[in-house]
Amino acid sequence: MAKLTMIKAITAAMDEELARDEKVQIFGEDVGKNGGVFRATDGLQAKYGKDRVFDTPLAESGIMGLANGLALTGFRPVPEIQFMGFIYEAFDQIAGQMARYRFRMGGSREFPITLRTPYGGGVHTPELHSDSLEGLVAQIPGLRVVTPSGPYDAKGLLISAIRSNDPVVFLEHMKLYRSMREEVPDEAYTVPLDKAEVKQAGSDVTIISYAYMLQASLQAAKDLEKQGIHAEVLDLRTLAPLDEDTILESVKKTGRVVIVQEAQKQAGVANQVARLIGEEGILYLDAPIKVVAAPDTPYPFSQGEEPWLPNKKTIEKAVLDTVNF
Amino acid sequence: MKQLDFEALKHSPSFKPLSVLNEQGDVVNEDMMPDLTDEQLTELYKQMLWSRIVNDRATKLNRQGRLGFFAPTAGEEASQLGSNFAMDKGDFLLGGYRDVPQLVKHGLPLAKAFMWSKGMVNGNKYPEDLAAVPPQIIIGAQYVQTAGVALGLKKKGAKQLAYTYTGDGGTSQGDFYEGMNFAGSFKAPALFFVQDNLYAISVPAKVQTAAKDFADKAVAVGIPSIIVDGMDALAVYAASRQARDYIVAGNGPVMIETLTYRYGPHTLSGDDPKRYRTKEEEDAWHAKDPVVRMKNFLTKKGLWSDDKDKAYTEEVDKEIDDAMKEVESQPAESVAEYLQDEYEVTPPAIQHELDRLNSKEGK
Ligand SMILES: Cc1ncc(C[n+]2csc(CCOP(=O)(O)OP(=O)(O)O)c2C)c(N)n1
Repeated sequence: MAKLTMIKAITAAMDEELARDEKVQIFGEDVGKNGGVFRATDGLQAKYGKDRVFDTPLAESGIMGLANGLALTGFRPVPEIQFMGFIYEAFDQIAGQMARYRFRMGGSREFPITLRTPYGGGVHTPELHSDSLEGLVAQIPGLRVVTPSGPYDAKGLLISAIRSNDPVVFLEHMKLYRSMREEVPDEAYTVPLDKAEVKQAGSDVTIISYAYMLQASLQAAKDLEKQGIHAEVLDLRTLAPLDEDTILESVKKTGRVVIVQEAQKQAGVANQVARLIGEEGILYLDAPIKVVAAPDTPYPFSQGEEPWLPNKKTIEKAVLDTVNF
Repeated sequence: MKQLDFEALKHSPSFKPLSVLNEQGDVVNEDMMPDLTDEQLTELYKQMLWSRIVNDRATKLNRQGRLGFFAPTAGEEASQLGSNFAMDKGDFLLGGYRDVPQLVKHGLPLAKAFMWSKGMVNGNKYPEDLAAVPPQIIIGAQYVQTAGVALGLKKKGAKQLAYTYTGDGGTSQGDFYEGMNFAGSFKAPALFFVQDNLYAISVPAKVQTAAKDFADKAVAVGIPSIIVDGMDALAVYAASRQARDYIVAGNGPVMIETLTYRYGPHTLSGDDPKRYRTKEEEDAWHAKDPVVRMKNFLTKKGLWSDDKDKAYTEEVDKEIDDAMKEVESQPAESVAEYLQDEYEVTPPAIQHELDRLNSKEGK
């Protein structure tokens, strides 16, 4: 056990899987000698060679086409798209191809692909480097969309994703890469896909979130505790398909819900969670569902990020509104 | 100057890079010496020196947290400004994140370029008469749009072209090929630059393709291409000027590959060139410094001196200080402003969001 940052936990997961399964292939822009622009693949090319960990030409559609092709020849590809804003370039290979191939071929082929990509705001990037596009991929049947909220889950979920024979889109929030450490076992372990986790038990209200906003929600819950409000905090971890049982169980228990995402209000996963609760949990509710999300504009330039992004304060305010309804 | 035969270059690009000056700044190719006046030659050098100074100051300002995103340009002055110098004010520029010097010399106020670096939307509110778009972040996107702008210019009967830049890495995108192919198919007035600085962040140019040169890629779409010494401003200018004349005469697009080198890191956001290139390689390219080469040429002609360098540097420093003052006196941006500017006619849902926001901010 060692206290690791999330980026190190991610590297460790790939290291384990490269060692365990010779079919694992890691590739993308700058992932080789340079170890990736965030150093997620640092040292892996030196350790496993250029056949297993390699740079590609600069083309996202090419990278995902290569992943699909390698999957068709029995490999276990772990491609990296350097920033999630660049998946638009590869959207047909992801949505039109990777997600449907198994279905298209009646389940007669496996697509054990794990697409890793960083996303998320608050780190002052140029345009199209910070967008939370998880809603776009979460609406594509055939994909699993996974995003960890910290180092421990990152390693376990990434190992599960790589071992899964279904295509997984594995989203890494950039603000979590180096901002916190957790105890992470040295050996390989798995955290199950398709399972949300109750991060903190509570009785008054359920806060449902994921990734960086999950950490902000935990901080908000801590402050609310001082005001006598016991919030239950749920980490979705897998954004699609949703763990409906865990969500509904918690809503049944608390009767109040605040869903928190960094993406815009018109985009995404929060709407899907609200739809589920509206359809199957509405009779448990004592107050309307609240969604904390970013305003409906494109992701702003860096000077506009701070007022635009949801934060601990906006989460607290939504919880108070819900509790005092 | 000797006429380049663009029709012949359609099927067999010139593999031997075109050069005019050697590393010492002597003219080695009289035939291709562009017919520029002493004043114009001096102006071209001043633009290059300006760019080097801005590069060095912007790097420092970034480290101090006074500027944001910056992609260093040192080493690429001949490629960027030698080409830009051949364009007219009405030509439409679609550059990438590193092509800020061209944008400023095409008419964008320096303060606006700095605001863009800091991440202020005001930096992208362009003067009406500026034929350009903000630096493109998505690699390749500008290439396809260039075909569209060029076709628009053609439809309007403008004697103008669209010009765009990408790097060695950018040539791998599908958009790169699509842009050139569309422009070729429509015989649209477009000029495509590939600035080959040997690396796409850390990835060596030879990983990008099995083609011997990037200029080969023009052959497949049936447009002429030429390779030039990208450390030689006069060679870049000569090829660009002639390409512009050929394109504006209605002959269709051209691609120019410039061989150049970036002296600094990829951007200032954590890239460390020591991880992927050698000191020997860097030294070899510093010996070809495009700014020094042009200065030597002018000095030998009696047009420039160290004193003039010094005086001009002071001028540019002042220009940068003034621009920074403007940047630092900008009001804070607000979400309400973003929502207001988002649609021509604000839809009710957005208006509700605005109302909620304003009532909150009012309190
Ligand atoms: C579509 C897309 N993919 C990836 C990136 C990330 N990225 C930014 S610059 C760069 C390398 C570009 O290299 P090159 O085209 O040679 O231009 P240079 O930066 O060397 O001028 C990469 C991979 C991006 N901005 N857009």
